Amino acid sequence: MAGQHIVASFDEELGQIDRLIRDMGDLAQAMVTAATQSLLDNDVPLAQRVISDDVVMDARQRELDERAIALIAKRQPMAQDLRAVVGAIRMASDLERIGDLAKNISKRVSAVGQGAMQRKLSHSIDGMAQLVRAQLAGVIDNYVGRNPQALVTLRADDENIDVQYTAVFRELLTYMMEDPRNITACTHLLFCAKNLERIGDHATNIAENAYYVMVGQQLPLHRPKLDETSISGASA
Amino acid sequence: MTDISNNQTPPAAVDWASGKAKALRKKRYAADRRLRYYGIAAISTAVLLLGILIGSLVSTGYLAFVQTHVTMEVAIDPEQVSADDPASGNYRAIVSDGVQRLFPDVEDGGALRAAAGIITNGAQVILRNRVIADRSLVGQTIRLQVPVSDPYDQLYKDVIDRDLPENRRRLNDSQIALFETLEDRGLIEAKANWGLIFSSDSRFPELAGLAGAIVGSFYALLVCFAISFPIGIAAAIYLEEFAPKNRWTDLIEVNINNLAAVPSIVFGLLGLAVFIQLFGLPRSAPLVGGLVLALMTLPTIIIVTRNSLKAVPPSIREAALGIGASRHEVILHHLLPLAIPGILTGTIIGLAQALGETAPLLLIGMNAFLTSPPGGIMEPATALPTQIFIWADSPERGFVSRTSAAILVLLGFLITMNAIAIYLRSRLERRW
Amino acid sequence: MNQMTEIALEHAITNVAPQVNAKMRGRDVNVFYGAKQALFDVNLDIGERQVTSLIGPSGCGKSTFLRCLNRMNDTIDIARMVGDITLDGQDIYDPKIDVVELRARVGMVFQKPNPFPKSIFENVAYGPKIHGLASNKTDLEEIVVTSLKKASLFDEVKDRLHEPGTGLSGGQQQRLCIARAIAVSPEVILMDEPCSALDPIATAKIEELIDELRANFTIVIVTHSMQQAARVSQRTAFFHLGILVEEGATEQIFTAPSDKRTQDYVTGRFG
Repeated sequence: MAGQHIVASFDEELGQIDRLIRDMGDLAQAMVTAATQSLLDNDVPLAQRVISDDVVMDARQRELDERAIALIAKRQPMAQDLRAVVGAIRMASDLERIGDLAKNISKRVSAVGQGAMQRKLSHSIDGMAQLVRAQLAGVIDNYVGRNPQALVTLRADDENIDVQYTAVFRELLTYMMEDPRNITACTHLLFCAKNLERIGDHATNIAENAYYVMVGQQLPLHRPKLDETSISGASA
Repeated sequence: MTDISNNQTPPAAVDWASGKAKALRKKRYAADRRLRYYGIAAISTAVLLLGILIGSLVSTGYLAFVQTHVTMEVAIDPEQVSADDPASGNYRAIVSDGVQRLFPDVEDGGALRAAAGIITNGAQVILRNRVIADRSLVGQTIRLQVPVSDPYDQLYKDVIDRDLPENRRRLNDSQIALFETLEDRGLIEAKANWGLIFSSDSRFPELAGLAGAIVGSFYALLVCFAISFPIGIAAAIYLEEFAPKNRWTDLIEVNINNLAAVPSIVFGLLGLAVFIQLFGLPRSAPLVGGLVLALMTLPTIIIVTRNSLKAVPPSIREAALGIGASRHEVILHHLLPLAIPGILTGTIIGLAQALGETAPLLLIGMNAFLTSPPGGIMEPATALPTQIFIWADSPERGFVSRTSAAILVLLGFLITMNAIAIYLRSRLERRW
Repeated sequence: MNQMTEIALEHAITNVAPQVNAKMRGRDVNVFYGAKQALFDVNLDIGERQVTSLIGPSGCGKSTFLRCLNRMNDTIDIARMVGDITLDGQDIYDPKIDVVELRARVGMVFQKPNPFPKSIFENVAYGPKIHGLASNKTDLEEIVVTSLKKASLFDEVKDRLHEPGTGLSGGQQQRLCIARAIAVSPEVILMDEPCSALDPIATAKIEELIDELRANFTIVIVTHSMQQAARVSQRTAFFHLGILVEEGATEQIFTAPSDKRTQDYVTGRFG
């Protein structure tokens, strides 16, 4: 935070909240990476770790909420301080959702099962996961590095994830039509893909929040959104 | 900022119970006590000195508040006094006749003259005033109570010691013997001396009173108040509310403060030179006295009024200005009503000072010998302090106690005025 | 649902910085106290029927600016004002302007409640009396009662209108002062830290009152409490070292001020 407050403990409290956000960001990245890894490698123990990490994530989010509310009550923050605190609450809830979604992916690892087929199926998921991880890492890094312009670019990149998701959706649909035995695994993978897409959305939310925290202005509402699955799904 | 607060090491614990700390505290308490004792000592000294003053005045002056009277019978002979023109009768003869009736046994002319010396010289005047007031008395024989003359008054009050050798008293044995016969017949009586307040000055102490001086002082103060109060307040309002703060107003302010400290005799000289010689106002008149006293009181009233106006909280002034009151409304509706208790107190104290002022009145001739109170502000008059001055200068024994009594009367007026000032202040003062 | 859209609409309106329909305009206002300059080229518009708050650290000139708006600074000998201040387009420093009339049109409420040491009734009736606003006693009584009602004080004092105003509590005294100001039907009410001497409950009552008065009066309030400025005002002006640093919609000043100094002040980084 730029400049020091007259009341030094105010700075300390704001710093604690900022640190919690960074921690949660790091944890969210680690969880998403581990979840996709466990899915691709069918690594059940790794998946279990992600599931247990989510408990930590929830605890951190609660702690942040409490600290943020206490700070508002005690300090009545104004301007960038107010934006930082309110932004932190919102980012924390996004990060917590990301944690939940990562956990949900991990839970599906054993259900997807093992086999050559699955490996082939998860190939395109892998591509999507890489995009999502890059997006999330970029958002977190640029928030920590206070780089609002980079966030604007990143926000636009969400489009690529949506495109990728549409591709995965069609691919999985094709597999299911080819061989009904794939339906169980593919449905699970479909959910995983949807989760990754949601993680991307949350990362975008975080980017928007981070931008508002830093600049004080909201980004324009309209952002190109190319998730066509709902439309094409309805027509299919 | 954080660095400063974080790097501070907590101060070493202070040992409040150590001998050194205790000794220091003891010393500080002792200093407190000493200061209190100094104050008590100062007050005691002041009270003691005041007590001595009042005590000495009362011890000599109380005698003047009673007057020895003798009751005599007088026959108002229509031959001596005509009912048609009671003012011009031969009262002297009637009084001599009365003295003869008082001492029917005394035949000797010299002894009779001595006997006549017992009653006051003013007896005929007293009788005359009675007859003028009631013409039906002509032809009647009335009992008349008149003051005894000063030496006998002193004798009755035991100021003259009857046991002293004859050559060391003012009254010889035969005079005392005559007086004692009257005493034995119960004709001598000491009465409250209302004449002290209601009679005018006289050569004879037993008749001398303060009425002329009180009326003179009253007129002088009236003039003084009528001039200094409005002028003082108006000047103070201008200086405080309207005058620009510049070198001229500073100069005026310094001069007003100086004026308050100018010796009063200088004002007397000024009054003599300006009011009497230049304007041709009559000498000894309360008008001139009042004008001179007004000059002296004016700075006091200006200073007091300015301070009272200053003491009105600025918030009241702002409140009035803030709703669009004009300047005169701010002053007349808000500032003056709040300042008036202070102004009145100061004015009364200023007037009390003026009441006690002697020197300027002496210079303008308000120490004349006058046997009747002034009828107006243009007539010659005396004032209380100058009357005291005159009496203090008089040789008769009776004036000694009368001087003290007059001082007590003056003090009484001063105390009354100051009491009124305090009463007004507590009554009118408003909280804001 | 209908209510919802209404609220949303209202929100949208206040969020968009309103085009200031200026009741008073200050142009290049400079104020000197003797040789010391207290205000430097201040340009500020006071929007009609809204609350404008002036904030800033002590000695920043906000009170000075406020006191220029009804020429209360005239009462200070050494104060000198250069620049233009207009009320409804009319220059209030024009020599032809009657200060008494100006102060009736631009009323003032002060930091410390300062009722006259007179009865509650007399306090409120004084202004209408001197300005001749009531033709008879009934009129005057009506003005007093309406003013007290508008100042939300009537119910508390209706049984003791003839008791001294100084006997009221601090908050009631301040509302009495507001009633006194309202009684002369001003167009603008200036408030110089009206709550600084009051407890939080009394403060809340005054703030509620200010919000109600906004419908009929243009209000300018100087306050040291940023929360108060945020609560009661629609527009906020931040002064620092005699300079008007930033002026804008209150929401903007307190969420995303554009000037670094404003930011530092509202967030408690200097002051």
